[in-house]
Amino acid sequence: MGRFHRHEDGTEHEHDDHHQPQSRREDVGDHSGYQTGTERIEVLEAIFGENDRLAAANRADFDAAGVRVVNLMSSPGAGKTQLLRHTLAQLKGLLRVGVVEGDIETSLDADRLEGFGAAIALVNTGNGFGGECHLDAPMVRSALPRLPLADLDLVVIENVGNLVCPAEFAVGEHARAMVYAVTEGEEKPLKYPVMFRSVDLVVINKIDLLPYLDFDLDLFLRNLRTVNPGVATVLTSARSGVGVQQWVDWLTAQVTAAAR
Amino acid sequence: MHELSISNAIAKLVLEHADGREVASVQVRVGALRQIVPDSLAFCWTMVRRQPLLEHSQLEIEQVPGVLDCGDCGARSTLTEFILRCPACGNGLVAVISGDEFLVTSIELLSAKEESRGPLPPS
Repeated sequence: MGRFHRHEDGTEHEHDDHHQPQSRREDVGDHSGYQTGTERIEVLEAIFGENDRLAAANRADFDAAGVRVVNLMSSPGAGKTQLLRHTLAQLKGLLRVGVVEGDIETSLDADRLEGFGAAIALVNTGNGFGGECHLDAPMVRSALPRLPLADLDLVVIENVGNLVCPAEFAVGEHARAMVYAVTEGEEKPLKYPVMFRSVDLVVINKIDLLPYLDFDLDLFLRNLRTVNPGVATVLTSARSGVGVQQWVDWLTAQVTAAAR
Repeated sequence: MHELSISNAIAKLVLEHADGREVASVQVRVGALRQIVPDSLAFCWTMVRRQPLLEHSQLEIEQVPGVLDCGDCGARSTLTEFILRCPACGNGLVAVISGDEFLVTSIELLSAKEESRGPLPPS
């Protein structure tokens, strides 16, 4: 494939390599024939390397504290926070749970989770590796001092509502889950495959709305399995509480699997 | 969606390797299975490079196709769309051979004696 680049005047194009490797005098980027001496240095470094190093550090801290961590992702409004309210209520007295709550500006979601006996650390996503559209490893790291990790069994990281960016950033989690609302249609796994491919479980939420929608569950599942053949699924309504127990069982299994 | 912050990460990585020398160009490899938009990344670079040592740098993006090996029929296929299923037999048990890449492969630095020159003439 050719090399895509943009010029000073805003034009851009792709063509086969005109930048010869290794130290030599050559045309750099522009086509004016302006000659400069350049030296090419091999780098071969992952652009998310810094994030991945901090994710590994987070993971080491989680393992040292004996806590299992689930990264929970979805579109905005799919029902993550409502599902977590049910989850915290059901796990109260059974598992010691912490929540890292990612939000762009407000504490509205964190406020909704108060009163269930869980430790909650809010992260506003202004200053991280990647800006505002997701949680990344440095942001999660900044929240860890506010959680009593050694006294917890499970931490759920409620990521920023977004089907694109959170999938790219490991934060040190042991497992990934996403909440998908049936109102989002059947085709999203094909349109956002990086996210759907990266998760271990999809919670298919808002099933109480199915009688009012044209949502084809079988088609959605076929699309999902096309990008992620081995993924687990549960059907829930975080509004009525139907199916939430299966999700809670999955979370509990994450903790007990680690304890074995 | 986060190409601006990715550009900042690239700039940081490049400056670590540039060792105080002026950067002429940056070569980046992007796999097709990444959600990186080359056009957007190139545009963001024109903003991020407005700093010492990067002002004249070009970002060159090499796109790598997604390649799968089928765990069932053994066929190796190059993807034309992001569907992780063997195009030959339809099996979903596939291994990704390439397409996940996202790295800075190399940088070009100006020779020390060239560093004090003026800005590049317009293209």
